[in-house]
Amino acid sequence: MNPRKRSGIRYISFRHILAPAIILMFVVSTGRAAPDSIGSIRDTTIEWPTIDEVLRVVLLRDYNTRVVVIGTMLLGLAAGVIGTFILLRKRSLMGDAVSHATLPGIGLAFIIMSRFGGSGKHLPGLLAGAMITGLIGMGLILLIRNTTRLKEDAALGIVLSVFFGFGVAILGIIQKMSTGHAAGLESFIYGKTASMLAADAQLIAYVALLILIVCTILYKEFTLLCFDQEFASSQGWPVVLLDITMMVLVVIVTVIGLQAVGLILVIALLIIPAAAARFWSYNLLTIVIASGIIGAFSGLAGAGSSALIPRLPTGAIIVVIAASVFIFSLVFGSARGLLVRIYQHLRLLKKVGHQNLLRAMFEWWENHDTSGQSRIHRQSDTKGAELANSVCDRDSDNIGNVEHSSRDIRWGELLALRSWAPRRLRRLIRIAIKEELISQLSLGSYRLTEVGKAEAKRIVRNHRLWEIYLITHADIAPSRVDRDADQIEHVLGRAMVDKLERILASTSPDLAMPSSPHPL
Amino acid sequence: MARTTSLIDPAPDIIADKGVTDQNDVPILVQDLTVAYHRKPVLWDIDFSIPEGKIIGIIGPNGAGKSTLLKAILDLIPKASGRILIYGKPYRQQRAKVGYVPQRESVDWDFPVNALDVVAMGQYGKIGWFKPVTRKHKTLAMESLERVGMADYANRQISQLSGGQQQRVFLARALVQDAQIYFMDEPFAGVDAATETAIVKLLQQFRSIGKTVVVIHHDLQTVKDYFDYLIMLNMRIVATGNTSEIFTPENLQKTYGGRLTLLDEAVQAIAREGDRRL
Repeated sequence: MNPRKRSGIRYISFRHILAPAIILMFVVSTGRAAPDSIGSIRDTTIEWPTIDEVLRVVLLRDYNTRVVVIGTMLLGLAAGVIGTFILLRKRSLMGDAVSHATLPGIGLAFIIMSRFGGSGKHLPGLLAGAMITGLIGMGLILLIRNTTRLKEDAALGIVLSVFFGFGVAILGIIQKMSTGHAAGLESFIYGKTASMLAADAQLIAYVALLILIVCTILYKEFTLLCFDQEFASSQGWPVVLLDITMMVLVVIVTVIGLQAVGLILVIALLIIPAAAARFWSYNLLTIVIASGIIGAFSGLAGAGSSALIPRLPTGAIIVVIAASVFIFSLVFGSARGLLVRIYQHLRLLKKVGHQNLLRAMFEWWENHDTSGQSRIHRQSDTKGAELANSVCDRDSDNIGNVEHSSRDIRWGELLALRSWAPRRLRRLIRIAIKEELISQLSLGSYRLTEVGKAEAKRIVRNHRLWEIYLITHADIAPSRVDRDADQIEHVLGRAMVDKLERILASTSPDLAMPSSPHPL
Repeated sequence: MARTTSLIDPAPDIIADKGVTDQNDVPILVQDLTVAYHRKPVLWDIDFSIPEGKIIGIIGPNGAGKSTLLKAILDLIPKASGRILIYGKPYRQQRAKVGYVPQRESVDWDFPVNALDVVAMGQYGKIGWFKPVTRKHKTLAMESLERVGMADYANRQISQLSGGQQQRVFLARALVQDAQIYFMDEPFAGVDAATETAIVKLLQQFRSIGKTVVVIHHDLQTVKDYFDYLIMLNMRIVATGNTSEIFTPENLQKTYGGRLTLLDEAVQAIAREGDRRL
């Protein structure tokens, strides 16, 4: 009945479904492309695990698997938690730029460590390098944004591409170094938990715990920063310091996520769980927890499958799982999910139709009962009315002498009262009959029941109160208020009706049941 | 820079009359304030002081620097020169005495918190680092919501509130700060008539208990009804004083009429010079 609303919901569903679909396609395609470029999967095909192997992983029997899976799970948890805050701070893409900025650090750390006699593959050393260039990248973004007139998006683009390019170049140099035995460094790009040692996983676990603790004790401060930075600053909170703390936590998550998810996809672990969690709640704490759980689940499942099928790129699997949760949340989310919204919309449509039917019948009855005789229908000269008249005539021919009191409205008359499609009207009548608001006396002849009349009276009253309000307080012409009120009356709550009554009490004498301010 | 009004700002008078030590009684004293964005001056040589226990309006055209002045007072943006004293001391030492209501559009109202949560934020400063919001703070926040007539909406997610209701939530957040001076950045912008009345009532309540309220305002029609004291601003102070005395066609013309073309050109020149130096 309202075309704008209908197209609105189509628009919502289209946009919301398309976006994740593209993400999914992208994720799947990068996931597939990844092993190709690494070149490690070409020689062998994926070996599907035996049931015994599956059991070993699922039950976490193997110590190594246990540590890796738990480590990745904690990583997902930490990323989900801090991810919620940066999503709300609208800094998500900064996480992406920072993660790309870690690559040169890894390369440089490898070169330095192998020069000074180490193996070059000492994980804490590599991560420290990653951390340093990640922080430098972050600092550069802030510097570019604050001192030049370039906006943040430009700063992000510059830092992301330049650092990543620099990192790729360094990895290229390492390949050619005589001492360099760099195979495996690429796994930082796409992530590979198979190469993770128990000690590495332990490191991840500790750092993840640290992040959780910081987020817990700074929960209040981060919330204020994300919601209203200016107010926070006026209260004396060190906004810049808090911002830096938050971004450093992001860098840390990124760095410990390098091994598991890889630097290209670690951003997904920061954004997707938080974005998915928003579909489930309007409460920040709930969202933070839900996001943590979604992240943890993605990490767990991703690391688990990686343990089963060692050559799969873990990062891609984790992202695919997180994306699946996202799509599920998008559709089924209890707060903003698509189904909830469609349901609410349909319910409103039904309510509107239902109320329109009752009001139409009531006003018709009002007109006819007082006069005792059928006055003409609305003076509209639309086709519908003409058609209705002819139908009406036929009806009266057919029904002939069946007793027909002036209180009963016939199908044709009802159809002419509003511009509703016959099918829709028929369905509305059927529902109303089932709810015992209308009774059908004979074929095509209806009457409001007592209950129906009371309900209709309430609806008509709301409609008229609102019309009077619009005329007296909003200076809207009486000829137009009918339609305006039509859009609002259905959503009038008890509190608003009370308010209307209070406002109109002084001006309108017959509040109990005002007469219509315009010809019906 | 010529001071364009014959009505001098009262700051020197107050200080001269009562002696320098009584600066402590002046809610806000601004001396020689200049503020620049990207080296482009937005406020020039601002000098004024405001009396205690009054409702003070800051009016001026778009781009006159009204919000900038507020932000400078609240230490949110750096000053190029000058000093600002709140009851005789720098803002940093007086934060507890100051409540702030930012422009409603300055935050994302889709943020996942409810009205009560937002009001409780007014107490974060008092709660201090690391400690969570307790039931006591929530009770205070609730009382504050009641005072602005929003108690029924405490658990509503803030995106589901109307513009006027959101503004009242912001007011309640400032209320719960229990400050001596309140700064409000266009609290009447885009609110319904009921909210406007509620806000005005609240301002008058504040005045009756000796609090000072500074409000950036746009609607010239209501200036005379709402404000005891005015600061007329257009990059520099045009006039300050009691509304009844300075709200004159002449001053309005000076504030809103004809841009100061020479000043504008100077600003552009400085900005260009600044760019070159960068």
